[in-house]
Amino acid sequence: MDLNDTPEQAQYRAQVRAWLEEHKSEAPDVEALSEDDVVPARRAWQGKLAEGGLAGVTWPQEFGGQGKGPIEQVIVNQEIAAAGVPGILDVIGLGMLGPCLIAHGTDEQKSRYLGPMLHGDEVWCQLFSEPAAGSDLAAVQAKATQQDDGTWRLTGQKVWTTNAQFASYGLLLARTDADVPKHKGLTMFVVPMDADGITIRGLRQISGEAEFNEVFFDDVALDADAVVGGVGNGWGTALTVLMFERLTIGLGAEGFGYNAARFTKAVAQDEHARRDPEVRQRLGEINTELLAIRFQSYRVLSALSQGAIPGPEAGLAKVTTVKAAIDAGELIADVIGPDALDEDSEWAYMISFLPGLKSAGGTEEILRNTIGERVLGLPPEPRLDKGVPFSELRSIEKQGAPA
Amino acid sequence: MNLELTDEQQALREAATGALSRVADYEVLRDALEGAARPENWGLVAEQGWAGLLVSEANGGAELSLFDAMLLLIEAGKLLVSHELLGHLPATTLLDAASYPGTADYAEGTKRAAFLAARPPGDVETAWTVEARSGSARAAAPTLNADGTVSGEVAWVVDAPGADLLVGVAVDGSGTAKTVAIETGASGVSIEGPVLRYDSSRLLGNVSLSNAPATVLEGADPARAWYVAQALLAAESYGAVETALTVSVEYAKERYTFGRPIGSYQAMKHGLVEILRQRENAYAVMLYAGWSYEDKPEEFALAASAARTAAGHALDYAARQQIATHGGIGATWEHDAPLFFRRSQLSRRLLGGIGDSTDRVAGELLAA
Repeated sequence: MDLNDTPEQAQYRAQVRAWLEEHKSEAPDVEALSEDDVVPARRAWQGKLAEGGLAGVTWPQEFGGQGKGPIEQVIVNQEIAAAGVPGILDVIGLGMLGPCLIAHGTDEQKSRYLGPMLHGDEVWCQLFSEPAAGSDLAAVQAKATQQDDGTWRLTGQKVWTTNAQFASYGLLLARTDADVPKHKGLTMFVVPMDADGITIRGLRQISGEAEFNEVFFDDVALDADAVVGGVGNGWGTALTVLMFERLTIGLGAEGFGYNAARFTKAVAQDEHARRDPEVRQRLGEINTELLAIRFQSYRVLSALSQGAIPGPEAGLAKVTTVKAAIDAGELIADVIGPDALDEDSEWAYMISFLPGLKSAGGTEEILRNTIGERVLGLPPEPRLDKGVPFSELRSIEKQGAPA
Repeated sequence: MNLELTDEQQALREAATGALSRVADYEVLRDALEGAARPENWGLVAEQGWAGLLVSEANGGAELSLFDAMLLLIEAGKLLVSHELLGHLPATTLLDAASYPGTADYAEGTKRAAFLAARPPGDVETAWTVEARSGSARAAAPTLNADGTVSGEVAWVVDAPGADLLVGVAVDGSGTAKTVAIETGASGVSIEGPVLRYDSSRLLGNVSLSNAPATVLEGADPARAWYVAQALLAAESYGAVETALTVSVEYAKERYTFGRPIGSYQAMKHGLVEILRQRENAYAVMLYAGWSYEDKPEEFALAASAARTAAGHALDYAARQQIATHGGIGATWEHDAPLFFRRSQLSRRLLGGIGDSTDRVAGELLAA
């Protein structure tokens, strides 16, 4: 059992640390910048990180990456956090969408998009979820129709889109054939976000802030070469993105800032609370789960370094993270009192954020179904949509379950 | 970063499974609940070389890691095999640290020791305490008298009946805790037991010491032994969770209602995945306990307490869910699920209880 760096990893860590030491004065002070200046400053900083080899760590070298493994990515993440500087801005692009283009894109797409993505010159967003297609992602309705000249016309709506308001491109899952079963009629597209017919609207959440967007597409023209991974292959292409998403979640459960030290500190400041048996029981339960999450992520890393890819059970770490953080929010509010719910309080923000996070990346209910079937091997829930052309699904749904 | 089991650890696990399955017998456990003899497996423990797992080679042991011992307890827990190691192994760490004369006998298994489990002081409570015979308050640890003898009561001592030596904590006149070893054959030592209490695989006794001659063990850290016991109980509980999940999943695939296997129902599936979630969390903190024991001793108290908490909850949940998954049949005497339920119900209350380990997780972090 070894949690330490190998000599090679230690050497890499030293090299990363030295680079950060030399360049950290160039990093933007995000707190001090105005809202409008943050994104350009962070894009420029991502460019510097890329030049230093601290972005696209796991990308192949031919696309400007470092060709290293997930352990090295984690080393970079840790050193960036330790240096107190911002990380890359486009986590979704570099972590999920870029790898998907590398796996499924044409040579032209790779040479056109990957470089600017890596350097933060062009930020990307993920256009998958829709108001009626979240956990059941293959139910997307955004419709792309091929024209006689081979180009496409896209109409529909996406939602929960991070970074859409300043993204240059989006990777979009659309229905291109409604007369086949739903997983088969999908195609992935690259969408320029400044195209005519696109409307982006901030989506305010419980806290009042808009961290996500709704994106509307009204007869948007797409070139013939906007297709990624082939027409009708959108589901397989999307699964690649979701696999990288799982990897990102498995490695970064503590990335949300939900950790034992932070929550304990909030309770410890109250002399009465720290001796209160009920408070201590709740705190002990919460911290046990958070410690478990930390070692779960080490297990993921360990498996990755042996060449294994985490399975769907890695999603359980997210369930535990959200559960522990929800319990912590309530405990801290109980200890602090209504001041914890002041709109400016970090706890009010966290408490407001968590109910939505519970469903992010797929609801817990569907995640538990998937894990039950794919990990435990339990029989699937009977489905009404199997083998049915997408165009006929609505009428079946309206009829309800067979009596 | 490498948390995978080594080839040696895999071999240890496989050898343990093989040896333990020779003696595993649920029928014997049921019979023991009705007065038949409790299963005795110490001979197997000694023969397999498990008694000296945590004793250094210099003192005649195998000098394996705590996590190796936990792997063994996982396998024992899976099959509900009695082993007397929960009392013996923590005691041997104290004997080994002090190089107690005759430690080799305990490492070999020709003699057996039992840990008089005493809870170390925490961030709020300042005294060493032991299990009380009843009630929610803990009892004061035994006293080390001026003449070097020990007096006091320790209830619900795991694996005490039949042990050759008791190893635990006694507090001297100045309030200092000392590690003491007490021969059970000496005058002033009385052990009530075996006390059969709900789980027939568990050996329990109530210890009374009245001016019992004792040897003070210098250089031993009894707090560490308390957390070793927590980590081992966590591992044993984890093993039982593994079986409860496997058995429940198999049944959920085979049993049909309303024309469907019950495992296809979402409610059933979610309950079983919840066992998996808690099991995975328990294993993760068990890794933390095993790792910190050697590489981060200042966090071992936290890690072992968290492991006990997570594995204890996982077993509580799994044992009930196993019965629920099986429906009415799961709650009958003939079924094996109640044996796991009995294991969970007693385990959660031993060695301070799950509430105590949870409190310690909070306390360790609040004090940090």
